[in-house]
Amino acid sequence: MALPGEKGWATYFVVLTDARYAESMVNTLLLSLAVTAVTLVLGGAVGVYLARRRFAGRRLLLAVLTLPLSFPGVIVGFFVILLGGRQGLVPSIGASLGLSGLTFAYGLLGLFLAYVYFSLPRAIATYTAAAEAMDVQLEEAARALGASRLRITRDVWLPQLAPTAVATGAILFATAMGAFGTAFTLASQYEVVPITIYNEFTNYANFALAASLSIALGLVTWAVLFAARVTVGAAGTA
Amino acid sequence: MRATAQPPAPLLFAVTLVVALFMVVPILVSVMAGLVVNYSSGLKSGLTLRWLAQVWETYGDTVAASLLIAAGSVFATVVLGVPCAYMLARNRSRAARAFEEVLTLPVAVPGLATALALILVYGQMASFRQSFAFILVGHIVFTLPFMVRTVSAAFERGDLVALEEAARTLGASFPQRFLGVLVPAVFPAIVAGCLMVFTLSIGEFNLTWMLRTPLTRTLPVGLADSYASMRIEVGSAYTLVFLAVVLPALWALQTLAAAMQKRYGT
Repeated sequence: MALPGEKGWATYFVVLTDARYAESMVNTLLLSLAVTAVTLVLGGAVGVYLARRRFAGRRLLLAVLTLPLSFPGVIVGFFVILLGGRQGLVPSIGASLGLSGLTFAYGLLGLFLAYVYFSLPRAIATYTAAAEAMDVQLEEAARALGASRLRITRDVWLPQLAPTAVATGAILFATAMGAFGTAFTLASQYEVVPITIYNEFTNYANFALAASLSIALGLVTWAVLFAARVTVGAAGTA
Repeated sequence: MRATAQPPAPLLFAVTLVVALFMVVPILVSVMAGLVVNYSSGLKSGLTLRWLAQVWETYGDTVAASLLIAAGSVFATVVLGVPCAYMLARNRSRAARAFEEVLTLPVAVPGLATALALILVYGQMASFRQSFAFILVGHIVFTLPFMVRTVSAAFERGDLVALEEAARTLGASFPQRFLGVLVPAVFPAIVAGCLMVFTLSIGEFNLTWMLRTPLTRTLPVGLADSYASMRIEVGSAYTLVFLAVVLPALWALQTLAAAMQKRYGT
């Protein structure tokens, strides 16, 4: 066993002292927060719709929407290339309409969409289960008393779905922070920490730095989850 | 089915429609791209199985490797995880709580970090490093917490403690109690854990990409390789192979889990 330790403790602080790594960490954090927020809203809407509506093909739709749970991130990255890559669906439809420059797969938008694709099935599955367990009578009472759609959403649905949103959000956020396959397939210009770690390890054989960045990534993830737990706990008792 | 009238919800409907299209269209495009002669000219170029044959020739071995590793992970997490879950559910000591925290670490620590740690510790043992056992160990480290947490929650049910006491007063030995009373009682949780471990293992990439060697490849590793180095038709055909392998396996496991839930569930 050969642990690289020549540089000592300083290696642990590069993420703070080196602008490149700090930027990569901020990128990852902002992307993961945005993905978590958007997925929670979209997944919540779909989950409530699927739980409360009865229509032909509902079970099939739910099965199809939760199927990508088993897809590795690399497949999701490939899907985004099929949609917005050089030969992708959106750019070719755009080209036939005379629009150019619609290739989005390799930039921030592509990465964002891939992460959302990866997260949505998890959110939809848990929200649907939670929304099916919601108390229908509360909603009917609110409606009978003349509450608007907005008020029903805010005062009836949100309080009942909040615990699910918090628990799911934590898992989605942690997964997004550590996601590697998606970004790897897209070879994105927007560098996230897992890619930085991989490059340091494989291309530069910088084991100590790779290890310290992994620890920093874990710590940042944990700190955000902890902060969220404290905030929610405080709001819950208030 | 509910008989009450459903008030219209145009916004929810629109969001559901857009999300459904966003999720489904890439799957359909990928299936189509794997079966056409030329992706850029689309269906006009005709259908072919050529790309599937090429995938089978180049990456066929990854299918068996992934299925075996997933099965191995399921087996190992049951053998290691179920006794461990029992111990954690019954032992109230501080050490047990601390161990529980340690066990949940691989959930929060990114897969890359786990892989790095395994390589730094065992990388020098060449024959282990170059075998599929190395990837299997990585998958077990990654999936074990999921099995332990699922089964441990089931062991903590109050009525189980009473059942176990009853079996003991009737003179059942510990192996008899464990295998005859406790394991059957938490069987649905074990099956649910197996389903989760299998799904996680078969799709695992973050760890496996670091642990692999040119001779030890799994399905997701082969997929990444084909996306990076092959034509888009081959990558799509390979994705199709992945779906053809994973969907029946998951469907079978889910059916089994549902049957177990019906038979043993509360």
